[in-house]
Amino acid sequence: MTRQIVIDPVTRIEGHAKITIHLDDDGRVQNAEFHVTQFRGFEKFCEGRPFSEMPSLMARICGICPVSHLIASAKACDELLAVQIPRTGQYLRRLMNLAQMVQSHALSFFHLASPDLLLGMDSDPGKRNIFGVLEAHPELARDGIQLRKFGQQIIEWLGGKRIHPAWVVPGGVSAPLTAERRDQILATVPEALEIAKRTIKWYKGVYEKFQSEIATFANFPSLFMGLTTERGRLALYDGKLRFMDEAGNIIADRLEPSQYSEYIEEAVEPYSYLKFPYYKPMGYPDGCYRVGPLARLNICTNCGTPIADAELTEFRQIQEGAVLSSFHYHYARLIEIIFCLERMEIYLTHPDILSKHVRAFAGPNSLEGVGVTEAPRGTLIHHYRIDENGLMKWANLIIATGHNNAAMNRGVTQVAKHYIKGATIPEGMLNRVEAVIRTYDPCLSCSTHAVGQMPLHVQLVAPDGTLVAEARRDDPDGVGGRIR
Amino acid sequence: MASAAHVVTLTIDGRDVSANADDTVLEVARENGIFIPRLCNIDGLTPVGACRLCLIEIKGSPKLVPACVAKVTEGMEVTTKSERLDRYRRVILEMLFAERNHICSVCVSNGHCELQALALDIGMTHVRVPYRYLRVGIDASHDRFIVDHNRCVLCTRCVRVCDEIEGAHTWDLLGRGTNSRVITDLHQPWGESDTCTSCGKCVNVCPTGALSIKGHSVAEMSKRKQFLPYLTLMRTEK
Repeated sequence: MTRQIVIDPVTRIEGHAKITIHLDDDGRVQNAEFHVTQFRGFEKFCEGRPFSEMPSLMARICGICPVSHLIASAKACDELLAVQIPRTGQYLRRLMNLAQMVQSHALSFFHLASPDLLLGMDSDPGKRNIFGVLEAHPELARDGIQLRKFGQQIIEWLGGKRIHPAWVVPGGVSAPLTAERRDQILATVPEALEIAKRTIKWYKGVYEKFQSEIATFANFPSLFMGLTTERGRLALYDGKLRFMDEAGNIIADRLEPSQYSEYIEEAVEPYSYLKFPYYKPMGYPDGCYRVGPLARLNICTNCGTPIADAELTEFRQIQEGAVLSSFHYHYARLIEIIFCLERMEIYLTHPDILSKHVRAFAGPNSLEGVGVTEAPRGTLIHHYRIDENGLMKWANLIIATGHNNAAMNRGVTQVAKHYIKGATIPEGMLNRVEAVIRTYDPCLSCSTHAVGQMPLHVQLVAPDGTLVAEARRDDPDGVGGRIR
Repeated sequence: MASAAHVVTLTIDGRDVSANADDTVLEVARENGIFIPRLCNIDGLTPVGACRLCLIEIKGSPKLVPACVAKVTEGMEVTTKSERLDRYRRVILEMLFAERNHICSVCVSNGHCELQALALDIGMTHVRVPYRYLRVGIDASHDRFIVDHNRCVLCTRCVRVCDEIEGAHTWDLLGRGTNSRVITDLHQPWGESDTCTSCGKCVNVCPTGALSIKGHSVAEMSKRKQFLPYLTLMRTEK
């Protein structure tokens, strides 16, 4: 008999995962389900609070990408104020967003994914972590730590705190940038760019060794969604939504993000608390789409910065149409790091960046607001309704990892079908399941951090519902479910 | 030289100090740079001895006494710091935190809050009594200000400043015990109050994030406290 699913009310996305693999009569993998078994309730307990509190409150959803929630929330609040925020305020928000993108991507690539890439999918699990990387490839590990520090440091310099800075507020930011800080940040960019260039060069030399993983890691046709600028360029802060199909055709473009509910709908599956968003015109599950670095690089016309554009051209050689294997999220992430660093220099050297006019003040002028931005993991939507006094009445959040839910499930099924033969679960399988989920850098891995492993629970279920085999990897440090 | 007759000498934490006979121990301690925690008390308003954080020990008395209302007497020996006092003060703080919903990380007054500062000062790392999660609301009906009862500690500074300094007496207390609330007028929404002059004094004396200026984001609400002794002084001199 299958064991009861334990619900840990820890975090919305981060924390514990469970996978169930269903076998057919011949013992072959029929289907696999990736369960997100946690519930957080942010949409509910924000009700009745002043909307001006939302950016900081919503940022508490995540300790890795608090800046994305800050920004999506502040943008939704900008709409409630119904103001145009000062240009410098917007540049400063963008700057912090870029810094976060760098640190989050660095965390995903170096701390979480690089052990698999460097030491091998089947290497000793005891060493397959950042410390193993430090031992085997100290320069690479140092680069990763340095790059993450770079991003975190800039967030602190701008907002006063590395995690959960309260600096991004409805209407702009709460304090302008000083010339000293600007120079301080500018001085650190070249080193970070060198690290990023070095890493992508190294990565391009090794990723082809992973042909079998590339072929099976969620390598299937799907749609891709993300924001682009008016001209179709890579956009991380603001833009219009674009959908692309697997052949690289743009099937919908310049969609107004605030109208998201017209083309995104969410399906519910009984086995997961995480909803399954899909592209409405194509229905569920055909309208399954992916977001995040891979999707962003697929859908954009170009990046708009020289080094990133050169890398993008090379990236697009992988496959005609859209790049389909989720394994290439890693590659896309590295290109985005370069893009972010190049963009940071542009904002920092902008003549208006030191302007003191960084915030627009107003009361609640509109009773509904939608804020959409690109988080490191993909498109993030905050949608609020307030009463005339400015108190929250209703909130709907679609988190980046949620968009990828259907694709993650299909990815798990694909990996299971390829690697599970018979009724046993080899360790390498567990790790590959972990690794396919990890390519998406879901907030699940946020909470398990670099040391230790994702607490996974894999069950093999026969057609009659009996449990054939089970493998469990507990959270050795007991940190998996900690709310950050 | 009538005032000379009213000078008394006493010791606070072993230090000899002199004071006017109508001074309170808290005033004398503060004049002499001796820190005694306080929450309901504020310079410029009548003390009420409500929060009990300024409890002190007086030699010869088995009871603890709130320093804000204890008048000095000749030869008094006061202790402001002891293990026993720390214990009492900490329990009081813990109960204040447990009574309503003080969520510093998303509070407008984070970093500028007297309750938070006192907890930090006393080294309160956790709360040992169960939280009550009282369901108390927010009144955001006023144009400029918000009252968030989740953060209110019922110090009544707002009630006193509105009555004694502004003269409007918009604020008052409703109910008893944990059902107590600060209310405007006869428990009408603040925005509908006829008596409120929107002067903002209540907001500035509020020790926590209970009263704040509308539109302020998390950690942005710092209070201006200096105005109060100044106003009191100027009005007395006239």
